[in-house]
Amino acid sequence: MITKRIIPCLDIKDGKVVKGVQFEGLREVASPVELAKFYSSCGADELVFYDITASAEGRALFTDILREAARQVFIPLTVGGGIRGVADFERVLSCGADKVSVNSGAIANPTIIGEAAKKYGNQCVVISADIKRVNGAFHVFAKGGREDTGMDAIEWIVRCVGDGAGEVVVNSMDTDGVKKGFDLELLEKVCKAVDVPVIASGGAGRAQDFVDLFEKIPTIDAGLAASVFHFGEIEINALKELLKERGIPVRL
Amino acid sequence: MVAIVDYGVGNLFSVRSSFQAVGAEAVVTSDKAVIEAADRILLPGVGAFSDAAKKLAESGLGSIVKQEAGKGKPLMGICLGMQLLFERSFEYGCFEGLGLLQGDVIPMLGYIDEGLKVPHIGWNGLQFVKKHPLFRYCKEGDHVYFVHSYFASRCQEDVVAVTEYGKELTAAVAKGNVMGCQFHPEKSGDVGLNILRAFCEL
Repeated sequence: MITKRIIPCLDIKDGKVVKGVQFEGLREVASPVELAKFYSSCGADELVFYDITASAEGRALFTDILREAARQVFIPLTVGGGIRGVADFERVLSCGADKVSVNSGAIANPTIIGEAAKKYGNQCVVISADIKRVNGAFHVFAKGGREDTGMDAIEWIVRCVGDGAGEVVVNSMDTDGVKKGFDLELLEKVCKAVDVPVIASGGAGRAQDFVDLFEKIPTIDAGLAASVFHFGEIEINALKELLKERGIPVRL
Repeated sequence: MVAIVDYGVGNLFSVRSSFQAVGAEAVVTSDKAVIEAADRILLPGVGAFSDAAKKLAESGLGSIVKQEAGKGKPLMGICLGMQLLFERSFEYGCFEGLGLLQGDVIPMLGYIDEGLKVPHIGWNGLQFVKKHPLFRYCKEGDHVYFVHSYFASRCQEDVVAVTEYGKELTAAVAKGNVMGCQFHPEKSGDVGLNILRAFCEL
């Protein structure tokens, strides 16, 4: 039976792991490669490396880190941040990424999804969406959550999957950083709308939040979090033991 | 030395790193002489079957792989690389593979139960249907990482392991010196590294 995945996300800036609390007030955590190895040994099912660097130097440093992580860590690596075109897919895939997550890049240029899917396969293309409630509707935000596109989130995700995205990361800006649990209402809507794997992001504060996620939305595939793992508030092995006790299939 | 065949598709960096992690010498190559000199051959692959089959044929690397496998050299295909070992695939049409193994590669859609997602992405358990030295360090139920929308069928005799995804899907095959894994050993943590270690000991 396929297992539910637990995915730590590493936001990387200037070669270091950071975590944005509601996308502001960044603070430093640790070495990305060391953290990646640590998570892999703790039972993480996959890792996300998110490049939040803006400079060319930072970007080069990021690919160096990615290459080193891929040399030492043997679980799937998804890379996101700064993916604007097929050339960026090539850049990170050649350094050991398995999947590439596109967010603002797809909003600016939606054809990137189809082009990348055709070249690298659907399984390689992940659409990541930052979503927030605006006047009772779910809107997609661009540029790290700073810009409301006005687009309906579900329509956007359905379109991206139709174009060839093989996986969806749903990041709820309303629950992100609040640590009161995942945005079950939003996640359920997305799971009903698409038939590719859906990864929940934003809101995990304690292990029970993952139990609630998988129990209340059986079609969700994975839970992603950052700070709760980085600060040791949730220990991945213990989390997976708890999930197993509750009858949720996990890899132990 | 393991020759990782570079015909223009796939995450070869990770495959090479994983062999290095188990202490094996591995080279990524599209050089006929290097493949001929290697002790064993690894055929990687991600993406679409037709593209990959075309690249294998046009580069001439497909025939080299067949020629070396014919001499009894251990050959392992990973993911699409495994699918390419079969006679044909029905991914967006009907395309010929290398024909080293009997069977067809067919879509999961329409075969697995409705409501299950395609692609089959994630960690799933191995169920062994027969013993094989490639899995000498594995145990029943070990989890490995899958990413695929098509699977090998009509290959009953050569199936070594299956995985359950609504129905049983071919997870690993072997016929003499020719073997393949539908999953990614290079992305399956210690379980996967041990499969690569065993491959290097064959």
